[in-house]
Amino acid sequence: MTTTPVGGRRIVYQRPTLLTDRSTHYCPGCGHGIIHRVIAELLDELQLGPTTIGVASVGCSVFAYDYFGIDFVESPHGRAPAVATGVRRARPNAFVFTYQGDGDLAAIGTAEIVHAAARGERISVVFVNNGIYGMTGGQMAPTTLLGQHTTSSPLGRDAAVAGFPIPITEMLALLPGVAYAARGTITDPGQIGKTKAMLRRAFESQLAGEGLSIVEVLSTCPVGWGLTPTESMAHVTNEVTAVYPLGVIVDRRRAATRKDGS
Amino acid sequence: MTATIPAAPSRPRLMKGNEAMADAAIEAGCDAYFGYPITPQAELLERMARRMPELGRVFVQAESEIGAINMGLGAAATGAKVLVSTSSPGMSLMAEAMSYMAGSELPILLINVMRGGPGLGSIGPSQSDYFQATKGHGHGDYRVPVLAPASIAEAVALVADGFEIAARYRTPVILLADGIMGQAMEPVVPEYRTPIWDTKGWELTGAAGRAPRVVRSLHLFPEELERHNIQLQAKYAAIAERETRWAGEELDDAEIVIVAYGTAARVARTAIERARAGGLRAGLFRPISLWPFPSRALAAVAANARAMVVVELSAGQMVEDVRLAVDRTPVFFHGRTGGMVPTPREVVDRLRIAWALTGARA
Amino acid sequence: MEHATILSGFGGQGLLFAGQVLAHAAMLEDRHVSWLPSYGPEMRGGTASCTVIVSDLPIGSPVVDVADVVIALNPPSLARFERLLRPGGLLVVNDSLIEAEPSRRDIEVLRIPCSALAREVGDERAISIIALGGAVGRGQLVDPESVRRSLTEGAKGGEAAVSRNLRAFTLGLERAAAVSV
Repeated sequence: MTTTPVGGRRIVYQRPTLLTDRSTHYCPGCGHGIIHRVIAELLDELQLGPTTIGVASVGCSVFAYDYFGIDFVESPHGRAPAVATGVRRARPNAFVFTYQGDGDLAAIGTAEIVHAAARGERISVVFVNNGIYGMTGGQMAPTTLLGQHTTSSPLGRDAAVAGFPIPITEMLALLPGVAYAARGTITDPGQIGKTKAMLRRAFESQLAGEGLSIVEVLSTCPVGWGLTPTESMAHVTNEVTAVYPLGVIVDRRRAATRKDGS
Repeated sequence: MTATIPAAPSRPRLMKGNEAMADAAIEAGCDAYFGYPITPQAELLERMARRMPELGRVFVQAESEIGAINMGLGAAATGAKVLVSTSSPGMSLMAEAMSYMAGSELPILLINVMRGGPGLGSIGPSQSDYFQATKGHGHGDYRVPVLAPASIAEAVALVADGFEIAARYRTPVILLADGIMGQAMEPVVPEYRTPIWDTKGWELTGAAGRAPRVVRSLHLFPEELERHNIQLQAKYAAIAERETRWAGEELDDAEIVIVAYGTAARVARTAIERARAGGLRAGLFRPISLWPFPSRALAAVAANARAMVVVELSAGQMVEDVRLAVDRTPVFFHGRTGGMVPTPREVVDRLRIAWALTGARA
Repeated sequence: MEHATILSGFGGQGLLFAGQVLAHAAMLEDRHVSWLPSYGPEMRGGTASCTVIVSDLPIGSPVVDVADVVIALNPPSLARFERLLRPGGLLVVNDSLIEAEPSRRDIEVLRIPCSALAREVGDERAISIIALGGAVGRGQLVDPESVRRSLTEGAKGGEAAVSRNLRAFTLGLERAAAVSV
């Protein structure tokens, strides 16, 4: 963050240069704004703005390209990892990240993310998991918790009918093509800082050509969940993290380094 | 298995259609290829798998046709010259991304080596994706230029043309071949032309030193999306005006005109030869661009003909466009489906029937 | 002048290659040519065929309903393709594997023990080139020298394969000249 003294006063907080000066369409208490900001800060700090091509997905974050001051391509629902593959292969020097929700990545786009991971594509995946389809009115997502009420699981998600929440980041972490996989959240400044560190590691992993990196960010959907923004944050802390534990799931470079004894 | 026979430059080489199209794309400067194995176009993928990495270009065998076409979308968004190839069932899977690319105005060349359908169908040659290629694939108001070769040499030429049309109009272009065009070998003179490829500053390269760019099809405000659609339609009108292609054979004195494209046109050529040997003056009108369909030229030809006979490897798809184009000339149809190919004998029989059921042109 | 030849038999008998050799030889003579393999389900079942058309004019249908020459290397191929021959057309039959007599009486039949001769050459896959020699010798599809050139320029597997194929082709030619029809 910029701390340049201006007229005897220090700026301690400002809009990152790579975030456009535009109000977002996100609902009050939605986590996307925080996650956008963290990404913009990192792209600034790593000086990646001029070489980045973002890949937008379908869901609430479909308009992400309006909020970042970088090149962006839209992709069909779930296909962002395939689109990112095409971008990265055709432009090997570009920095490429996808920004995908849980419906996009963990339901309709499972084939694309699994195979991008299997190929070890040099892309970074920002996977925002709020356990619901926000854009279409709060339906059940593959990541929805058991018992959770949504507009398409009005009696609560029942495993006998709708199966179980998918820990897809853990699943992906099994693949050797995945260089780095981690899960963070944005419930308080401390967690935001940890998530930012994870994203930094993920981005640096791409720059080092290590393979696919993914950071799942547990986020909120106060409107879809029927909770206040504050209650939503507490819900993530108390309920969601119990099903989706926070932390680094795999870091193959660090693991290799440790094995070498260095 | 082809090109085992080296030849001096400008001497023809015996080439398999699929491999000739792959080579044509490479010679046209194709930057990236994405595909998924499916008969009868697998040799195209295999050829690219061998040659593209040798040239330091991009080849990826995708996890599905959906993956392949979306990789194509991503690469095309960076301004790369992209080829994707498939056969009919794979084309159905690519429908979604075709719509996105039409909406996002991305250039890409897509080769469909058609096989019999519906469903898994057969792997035999077919032209039953005419509707899909010319009227549909994905959702929304859009058109895609469709080029149909009737020989391997023509397929080679149309690859370069297809890239050029794609770039000129920022649109996907389909090269619609069939199993026979993919699997047969014919002489090809290895002389290639480099298509004009100008991306004119929309491509994504990273926003260094300029304003950020976005490649997208989403326009959530109806007024904005309507403006976008009006602009697309103006583009399609320009394509229809400038890129309509067809060829005629023995039309000057033809009383019965066969309308056929691709392999069906080849069968028609043999049938016309036999019909003429038997005293029946037949000719061939061969659409090369299936969209834009050469309606005006066809109407002019039909005005002088006693009858039209449409021959397709389908239950009758292009025949609808022929009937729309032709005023009062009777239109007959002969088609085989499922991977079967009409025989010249069947076509000659149909010509005779058309002759018998119609009167001479006043 | 247009000439259609169907080569048919088991997969692995080198049929598609022999067809390509014929097509290439015709191309060397600056003639129009097309080669079309069977690639449908029958290929998976172990039988294979290809159609080679040679013409002085641009070729129409690459799929034929009438053939001038049929090479049948196994019984199913004989049963399937004999009926496509035009009256007076040439049928080359692999005498080693086909005991049945052709049913047509209005065609020319050339019986060659292709499998036996192939063993003599020392390569089971030479069988199709032997049959091609018979067809070229009797049917005058192309100049035998063009075939020799094609075999020399196009063969895979080095000099040994080239000389085996050349010998096989010559054996077929000789049979065409020697055997009375």
